[in-house]
Amino acid sequence: MKGIEVRSLDKNYGDVRALRNVSLTFEENKIYGLLGRNGAGKTTLLNTITGRIFPDSGDVLVDGEAALENDKAQQKTFMMSEKNFYPEGMKVKDAIKWTREFYPGFDEEYCRNLAEKFGLNTKKKIKSLSTGYGSIFKLILTLSTNAPYLFFDEPVLGLDANHRDMFYRALLEKYSDKPFTAVISTHLIEEVAGVIEEVVIIKKGEIIRNQSAEELLATGCTVSGTAAAVDSAIQGKTVLGVDSLGGLKTAYLAGEIDSSTLPAGIEIGKMDLQKLFIHLTNE
Amino acid sequence: MNLQDERPIFVQIAEYIEDGILSGAFPEDTQIPSTTEISVWYKINPATALKGINLLVDENIVYKKRGLGMFVSTGAAESIRRKRKKDFFDNYIDKVVTEAKKLGLTQEELAAMIERGYDR
Repeated sequence: MKGIEVRSLDKNYGDVRALRNVSLTFEENKIYGLLGRNGAGKTTLLNTITGRIFPDSGDVLVDGEAALENDKAQQKTFMMSEKNFYPEGMKVKDAIKWTREFYPGFDEEYCRNLAEKFGLNTKKKIKSLSTGYGSIFKLILTLSTNAPYLFFDEPVLGLDANHRDMFYRALLEKYSDKPFTAVISTHLIEEVAGVIEEVVIIKKGEIIRNQSAEELLATGCTVSGTAAAVDSAIQGKTVLGVDSLGGLKTAYLAGEIDSSTLPAGIEIGKMDLQKLFIHLTNE
Repeated sequence: MNLQDERPIFVQIAEYIEDGILSGAFPEDTQIPSTTEISVWYKINPATALKGINLLVDENIVYKKRGLGMFVSTGAAESIRRKRKKDFFDNYIDKVVTEAKKLGLTQEELAAMIERGYDR
């Protein structure tokens, strides 16, 4: 079977349960958003899938093959991490060379063009790059590998608005040209909302949502109006959260509401991904 | 396109292409932008762009030329106009009247405002 299958992963750090019985599938050629608050377990999950850390229990399968300590399976994945694992003194161009050794599909010309477009100086030492250019270097490397499963952990960290824009466009251009699976872990939800097709939400090491963005957004709505009218309209509904401003109120609901039976002055709105995320992951 | 818009993105994409056809930016029998171009331009998933274009295929506003891309159908502008006239009441008049009632404007006052709009 094509795709990445994660089966019942558990990972503990001392008495912190970083991953709790995590099972999910990343299908071939789809763009996923992996969303979670700080410390929710996003990076632990990605590190486990790409073989950087071992789970306490559970399995990861890449195209049906066990991925742990399996070079062939690992070559199909590439992870752009937030942290820097490159040795002291290593230059950008050396890292490119080493990555090319391990990834036979590495596209050198594409890498060079993208570096030029972003203004990345490949002669510089990796450690001397700014936060923004550190991210740019890693995302260019990731896109150039041509691995079928790419994992981006905070790809736009430190990037200015122009560079973030360039990244999303480069990703979509590459994806349209030759599809791959991309898993993007980010806190900038509004920016990726249109780019991702599937959403995975992780909270305290557990997967709480895993479905298409469209389906997920259809499961919520906002109800606004005067406090009394909103209170009566949302009776018996599952309320995720409420915002009040004076006598006005907005309620965030899980599920839809029948607009034909509502009192006058009540407005029904669509839930966007960021609002839904905030209310699903609030303490 | 505006992602804050309440309507799904693919509906907005279809509308953007329709607007292009109405304004003459995409004349009949010429090619419309590809799924990739729309996806990269608006920074949206290509599947969403495709879904928007497919809405127009279903309504015979654009058609596929094998191996070339999507083209504007003959009579597309006219059929968009017809469709939008049909939806005009629900999309505009209904909202205007609701807002006018909220503000306490009389029917005559609203009618006078519409007249004034034509004088501009």
